Formats: sequence, structure tokens, C-alpha cells
Amino acid sequence: METVTLQDYKTSEKSWWCPGCGDFGVLAALQKTLVKLGIPPHRVAIVAGIGCSGKMGNYINSYNIHVVHGRTLPSALGVKLANRDLLVIAAGGDGDGFAIGMNHFVHAVRRNIGVKYIVMDNHIYGLTKGQNSPTSDHGQKVKAAPFGNVESPVRPLSLALTAGATYVAQGFSSNQAQLARLTEGAIAHPGFAFVNVLSPCVTYNKVNTYDFYKQMLHDLDEDPDYQPDSRGGAIAAVLEREELVTGLIYHDPRSVAYEDALPGFAEQPLAGRDITLGQEDFAELLASYR
Amino acid sequence: MPKSLAWMIGGDQGEGIDATGDVFGRVLSRLGYCIYGYRHFSSRIKGGHTNFTVRIAADRVLAPQANVEVLVALTQETIDRNGHLLLSGAPLLADSQLKPVLPDGCEARLVEIPLTQFVREVGAAVVRNMVAVGGSAALFGLPLDAFEAYAREKFERKGETVALQNVEALRRGHAFIEELGLRGRFSLPAPRPRERYLMTGNDSLALGALAAGCRIMAAYPITPATDIMENLAGLFPRFGGAVCQMEDELAAITLVIGANYAGARAMTATSGPGFSLMQEGIGLASMAEIPAVVVDTQRVGPSTGMPTKNEQSDLLAAVFGGHGEGQRIVIAPGTAVQAFEDGFEAFNLADRYQCPVIVLSDLALAQWLQSVENLPLGGHAIDRGAIVAQEELDRLTGEFERYRLTEDGISPRALPGMPKGQFLATGVEHASSGKVSEAPQNRISQMEKRSRKLDPLRARAGAIETSRMDDAEVAIVCFGSIVGAVDEAVELLRQEGVRAGRVQVRQLWPMPDIPLATALGGAAKVLVAEQNATGEMRQLMRIAGLEDDRYRSLVHFDGTLLTPGRVVAAVQELSVKEGV
Ligand SMILES: Cc1ncc(C[n+]2csc(CCOP(=O)(O)OP(=O)(O)O)c2C)c(N)n1
Ligand code: SF4
Ligand SMILES: [Mg+2]
Repeated sequence: METVTLQDYKTSEKSWWCPGCGDFGVLAALQKTLVKLGIPPHRVAIVAGIGCSGKMGNYINSYNIHVVHGRTLPSALGVKLANRDLLVIAAGGDGDGFAIGMNHFVHAVRRNIGVKYIVMDNHIYGLTKGQNSPTSDHGQKVKAAPFGNVESPVRPLSLALTAGATYVAQGFSSNQAQLARLTEGAIAHPGFAFVNVLSPCVTYNKVNTYDFYKQMLHDLDEDPDYQPDSRGGAIAAVLEREELVTGLIYHDPRSVAYEDALPGFAEQPLAGRDITLGQEDFAELLASYR
Repeated sequence: MPKSLAWMIGGDQGEGIDATGDVFGRVLSRLGYCIYGYRHFSSRIKGGHTNFTVRIAADRVLAPQANVEVLVALTQETIDRNGHLLLSGAPLLADSQLKPVLPDGCEARLVEIPLTQFVREVGAAVVRNMVAVGGSAALFGLPLDAFEAYAREKFERKGETVALQNVEALRRGHAFIEELGLRGRFSLPAPRPRERYLMTGNDSLALGALAAGCRIMAAYPITPATDIMENLAGLFPRFGGAVCQMEDELAAITLVIGANYAGARAMTATSGPGFSLMQEGIGLASMAEIPAVVVDTQRVGPSTGMPTKNEQSDLLAAVFGGHGEGQRIVIAPGTAVQAFEDGFEAFNLADRYQCPVIVLSDLALAQWLQSVENLPLGGHAIDRGAIVAQEELDRLTGEFERYRLTEDGISPRALPGMPKGQFLATGVEHASSGKVSEAPQNRISQMEKRSRKLDPLRARAGAIETSRMDDAEVAIVCFGSIVGAVDEAVELLRQEGVRAGRVQVRQLWPMPDIPLATALGGAAKVLVAEQNATGEMRQLMRIAGLEDDRYRSLVHFDGTLLTPGRVVAAVQELSVKEGV
């Protein structure tokens, strides 16, 4: 087998993010993990959303599909069902995933689809130049809410946990080693794996900055009292710290992926299978309409 | 015109009206008759009037009949609403327990039948409608054993007792009518027995999709499209596929796009409200050149409209819906056989032209039962379109050019999993590599490429279908399920000496202007008949240059099925006013 190098995952396109954007760190951690695992680029499909974060797929030399705003998860499920041998990664922003695409998030979780979902959560709408997102803090002042955000933020981790997620982790884009580890865990997990990444927007979010996170984050991976094997414990831990935690938060070792639970679903990729319908099968089906 | 008779059963929703209509139609089909079975219903589960009509003929019928010969009424409301459909002296079978009364002016012959009493004697409430079926069989002079055999077969699963109760119910109803001396009150034309299937357009479309190799179906339930999802949910596990009931239509269409991108054949099916939600996704498939099959079984719109009534008013939304100028192919079957063909061919077109294909069905086609002699599986072969060969990818020194500018506008695609074929598929404007580009010249070349590839479809064989056009002075142009009513109207008109013919447009976009102009060339008058208020097909024809002083419109948009009589009247009006 050929060895996979970082070069294999690079594209000729220059990254377009603002210097210092957290998304660079997310991309780097993902590329490193794929190389470490020796997964060749043609076996990876990245489904990206719309937003600064959605540019992810432009900068990584895998198969990429850049879809409409908010629909990464259903598209990713389509890709996975068509070719279950692929590693399918959905990637997008907090607006993409928890505003316009919130519906799909909860349903992807409860279906437990075999897709890895990486959210670059900057608590802001980057691409549309700084409106509040569903994860923006209460009171956050932006041009579209000059008197401050009157809404309370969505809590992605607790939401995923209560919806029945089987793999929940949170990383910080500056902590590469941990993020790569969490991503690796997500790839190994059968079923839906959710990695929320606190990924600062240096241009529009002046509250949730690198310094803010460095002060506030509690690393559950380093916490000797924390075990990521209890849903109830996980919910309590993230609620207690208002989701300002990193690490593997919950992991269900008995997880069964949606595609494995579907009755009669082909074990080999559908793409590439012989799809002709036999005359005998057809005659039998027709006969039921007599 | 096929000599036909119609039988109607009516009652409250939830009283097994459909199931009873289905039994009656199916037995007649087995006896060799052609059937058209249609329903009146509203959007609730229990309560509210519903009725099911079985139209019976020796030859193909695909349209409703204006009156009915026999009405079976389980409620007084049925009598009040439908009594006028009976001609003078025609039997109206009503449960005597209702103490039924005929409405003013109704000259039907009221036959009170003690359905409820028989039911008590037979000992099972569920068989009430079977008593009525037995009675109806007698009225038409049909052999009861065919009904008995069907009842045994159908109820076998529920146990010996249930089957026997049903048979007994049939016998009681039959004997009752016989004693009244009404056996054979109507004689049916001699049947032409042959192997026939009784199915809806949804049934045959689902089979077409399966036969085309579709193995993924994603949808959100909506009348009148849901049967496609339900049928495939039962079939796919046997063939390794999956039906995903999604959280909304946004998810359904984008799942389908993902699956097609990755090399499977995938589809969705919806109706108006869901179709509106899918428009953004359909635009993505146009832009990123990803095959996608979308079935829109139209119903009355806009908004919730009349969810259980027929209309053909999504045509312009199918062709032009959504923002920007995305290319789509729009095809419209009119019969169950055509729904099978289009259910199959939609996938070939989508793969060949790498774009969304919209199959415009409509409620009448989707839900009403019709006799089908055969579904032509052998006439169709799977064509996956241009897919780059692995050897070619292996030879590449640079990047794979997914959106290479080719003469015919079609660029071979790579499927995820193929080494060295990686590319970016995006809804953002892109260069031939797939990479985002906003360069003016690139925009023009890529837009032109995406349009150019559909040009040959303007002359596609099968884009139109004609009947009796050789010597036609009046051409009736139509699409979708109303082709049945138009064909019958053509025969009626010819009996009256009007040389009418029919042109069915099966591919609505790209508009097949060349074959249409040829087909309509000899007609003195062209009547464009459609079931919508604004003449949507006529508007499309006008865009394609098919308009001159011969053209007129017949629009029908009250939600009821277009009848042959209405079409005949429209043509007669033309002839009287303007002379043909
Ligand atoms: C249907 C639709 N509505 C609105 C937009 C405009 N839009 C583009 S990106 C975006 C928000 C992005 O925010 P987020 O998902 O958090 O991504 P970020 O840029 O912060 O990474 C919006 C509203 C769009 N592209 N599509
Ligand atoms: S605007 Fe914010 S999210 Fe977007 S690239 Fe710049 S820093 Fe990153
Ligand atoms: Mg954001």
C-alpha cells in the first residue's frame, strides 16, 4: 500500500480565511489525522456547508461536495448510503448546523448515521460579516442586534447528548493534539460522531477570543474524575460548565450505525453494484397487481 | 368510444370505501374488463364523505364518466350528494337501516337492502360492504364465483372464518338482488380477457424506478406522492436499497443529491408544497451537474390548496422554479404505462445529462387505478452516462477536470472512491477543475456548457406522442393524466364528424419545438388543454415559438377531473364560433 503524505491532502488553492482564523487549525488537525490513519484522499468525501467554515472542502484534496446552506448532514447521509466504504465527513459552521440546519442535526443524531460531523463553532456568522449565530452569547452586541442579543444560546453538546448522540466531543482549534485525537476517535466510531470545535473568528467575534477560551476552558480529557461513558454524567458535566469544556464528552461503545440497522441494506457500496432487475423478479412484482 | 358502465360506492371516510372499490375493480379486471377506478375524498382520516367509482369497459378507459349506472350508498349524505348521477330508473342500493330518501328530482330506483341485518346474521361487521358487492355483481349479471374466489384469496391470511364470512356476505347480497328480479339489470359489453394488472401511476412509477436501478429513495410524506415511498420501502430491502423518511423535503432532495454524487441512483417524490421547498436543492444539482430524479405529483395549489384534488399547475415551477437560471429536464407521464417508462428513463436522462430530472405526475395519474396490459421492462436499458475510466485517471499528470468544456457540454464525472478523481462539486460557480471561479469569461463558458448539453433533447424521440393526427383538422395538445379524457373526446368528436387528433407532450422542457411544429403543421385549430388556470403549457409553447392564430386554450381548474365531455364541448364551441 502506498503511504499517504500531507502533500496528498493539499490543494493548489490558497486558503482564503482571515489570518488567525480558527478554521486553519481545524483543517490542519483533520489533514494530520487522515495522514496518520493512512486513509488515501480518494476514500474520503467531505460534505461542506455554506459559510467561512464551508470553504474547508476547497482546501483539502479529497472528494468534496459543497452543498446549500444548512444541508450538509442529509447530503452526507446520501453519500454514505451510496458508498459506505467512504469516510464521509460533514463540516460547517454554527449557523449552518444550528440555525438553518438545526432540524437535520437532531435527526442525524437520532438516526446515528455513519457520518463524522465537524462544526467550526465561532459563535458568529462569519461569511455574512458578523451577525449573531444561535451559539452567540446572550447580550452579544453586533450590527444586526445593536442593543444586544436577547436570545439565549443553543447548547450543542447538551442538545446532542439529549437527542441520543453516540459520540460527542469538543475541541479547541488551538489545541491541535487534542483535536486530532478527538477527530481520530470520531473516525473510528461506528455511527454519528459529533465534534464541535471552538474556532475563533478573529474578525467579527470580539468576545469568544483565543484568550477567552484559554482562560475559560476545562479539559475533561485531563480530568481524572471524568469518565465519558455515562450520558447522564456527560449532561451534568457540560451543563455545570456551560459547555466550556473540551475533550471526549461521551462515547457509546454499543453504537450501531444507521446503515447497519437498515433492513436488507447492501453490505457492499451501492455505487458499482449490478443494478439490473431480473425478468423473474419483475414478473413476480407485477403479478402482485393482478 | 368504449361502451362503459360505472359503479359507485359512497359513505363516510373510514368505512372501507376504497378497499371495497378495489375488490370490485380487481374482480372485474380478472374477468377481462378494463377498469378506471377513481375516488372522491377529502383530507381527513375518519368522517367526511368519500366515494369510489369503478368505470368498466371492454377497452382502455382512462377518464371519469359523467353519470353512474349503480350507486351503493352507505350514508344518506352519499345519496344527497351523488343521487343525481344516476339516470332515471337506475338502481341506488342503500342500507335499509338508513331509512334512505331520494333527494328532490332524483328519479333513481331506490333499492333498500338490509345490509346491517345481514351483517348481524353473518356475525361480522367488516363484511357489510361485501353484501353490497354481491348485490352489485348480481345487478351486472356477473358470475359470483369470481368474487368468491377473490374473497377467499384476499381474506385467507385472516383465517378460515373471516374468508367464509365474506363469501357468505357476497352470497346474501347476490341472492337479495336476484329475488327482486334485478339480476342482469345491466349487461356489460363482452370482456376481452387477457393478462392485465390494475395499478396506479404511483405503483408503476415505483416499479420503473426500481427497474432503472434506483436503490435510494428519500422523501417526506405528502399526498398524493406517499405511495411511491411506501411501495419502495417494501421493495428496496430485497434489492439492497433503502428508503429514508426524512425530516423535510430540504433533507430529502439534498440526500438524493449526495447519493447521486457518490454514484448511486437515488430519487425523491413529493407534491407542490414539498416541491417548493426543494427548489434550492434542485438548483444545486443543476449548478454542480449532479443527476437527481424528483417526482412531483401535482395537486391543487398554491400553498395547501386542495390536497386531494387534481391540478397541473406546477409546470412553470418545474421548469423555472428557484433562483438563477438552472437547467432541468421536465417529463410528464399521462398513463400508468408511461409512468413506468418515465420512472425508468428519468434516471437515464439524469445520468446522461447530469442534471435534475423532474417527473411531473399529477394526483389522478398517481392515485387512480387503471388497467395495464404490460409494463415494457424489455424496452429500456440502463445508461449511466459519461463516467471517466479509471485508466484515464491513472494517466493524468495534473488534476482531474470534472467540468471540462466539451463540445456537447457533457463532461465525464468521477465517482468518489476512484483514485485520482478527486474534485470539488459545488453550487458556487466554478472553473473546469471544479474550483471556485468568478471570472467573467469562465462564467459565460460554464453557463453555456450547462445549457448546450440539453439542446439535443428538443428533438428527442418520444418527447411527444400523437394519436389520430394524420388527417386531424383540430389538434388537442395536452400533458399528464388528462390524455385519457382527450383521447376519449377525440373519438366522440370523430363520431360527430369532427376530425380531431391528440398530441401529448411528454417532455415539457426542453420544449420539443421541432417535432411539435411538425405534428401541428396540418391542423386548422390547436386547442391546448390543461388542468390549471393560466395555461402554463401554452405559455411554454409560446416561449418556444409555438403560437399563432390557430391556438386556443381550454383551462380547467375546479379540482375535478377533466371529463371527455368538457373537451368535446370546448372543441364544439370552437367549431361553432369560428368554423373549422
Ligand atoms: C438559504 C441561504 N440563506 C442565507 C445565506 C447567506 N449565508 C451564507 S453563510 C451564512 C451564515 C454562516 O454562518 P456559519 O454557518 O456560522 O459559518 P461561518 O461563516 O461563521 O463559518 C449565511 C446566513 C445563504 N447562503 N443561503
Ligand atoms: S470572518 Fe471570521 S470565520 Fe471568516 S475567515 Fe475571517 S476570521 Fe474566519
Ligand atoms: Mg459561524
